[in-house]
Amino acid sequence: MTIDTTPKMTWWNRLSHPGQFVALTRPLVLPLALLTGVLFAVGLWYGLFSSPPEKYMGDTVRIMYVHVPTAWLSQFVYATMAVSALGTLVWRHPMADVSMKAAAPLGAAFTAMALFTGSLWGRPTWGTFWEWDGRMTSTLVLLFIYLGIVALWRAFDDQLRAARVVAVFTLVGAVNIPIIKFSVDWWSTLHQPASVFRADGPTMPGEILTPLFVMFFAFTFLFITLQLAAMHTEVRRRRITTLERRAARGDAR
Amino acid sequence: MIALGAHAEFIIAAYVGVFAGLAALIGWTVFAARQTKRRLEELGDGQRANSSAQ
Repeated sequence: MTIDTTPKMTWWNRLSHPGQFVALTRPLVLPLALLTGVLFAVGLWYGLFSSPPEKYMGDTVRIMYVHVPTAWLSQFVYATMAVSALGTLVWRHPMADVSMKAAAPLGAAFTAMALFTGSLWGRPTWGTFWEWDGRMTSTLVLLFIYLGIVALWRAFDDQLRAARVVAVFTLVGAVNIPIIKFSVDWWSTLHQPASVFRADGPTMPGEILTPLFVMFFAFTFLFITLQLAAMHTEVRRRRITTLERRAARGDAR
Repeated sequence: MIALGAHAEFIIAAYVGVFAGLAALIGWTVFAARQTKRRLEELGDGQRANSSAQ
């Protein structure tokens, strides 16, 4: 009788191997992309054709269906990066810094979209494109943090060293996320307080909540799809760097 | 198409801006993926370019 001493490959082990991670998650990309497409089609139909104008804001409420999901993602993507930063610094998970690097440009894009749609919603609703209130200013700061992180990744040739520096910077920047979230409660602002996730239930009618939730899931699934695709690309990019270095060493001999 | 009321230009600009941004994001992701696959194939690692990349 022989005893099998080979260590068992848990899902955590498999995910920590870049090649295994790509092999495991690659089949998810197409179904996620299809689901995202369907959600966007349904959300746009509800948001532009089926839902009624709001009592006070009229048709400008339709901007909310693209503003709230992008604003949510601006914070959710950063939270994903902060968890990945912990993965890099605490658990040294090889895919954590790949996740951090893939998410940064996506987060920057969603934050820029949230600011753009917010200013277009603000002009007819508040009479101004921009107001230096707590939420808008902290969201603008978030955009600069994202751009700083993207620049920091590009500043290093050694991506493993970059990962540790970016992870520390990301965790320091994470202090801005609760500031964005609670700015409407802490300071006087033009923004309304939370109206969906409340202890006493949402204050919005169902015909406005439905397109909002569908678009919320459409944008979230889009992020997951793009994040997976960008992580696969980053794994390949690192493989290219390894092969190019190996080739350069071979040429030098 | 529905009538978007007195502020239609703001609503249209918001949707056009967001979906142009999303198209650019998707296009850039697909472009970067194809570029790295092509480079891996040039380096003789084509099989891994199409599956696992370690």
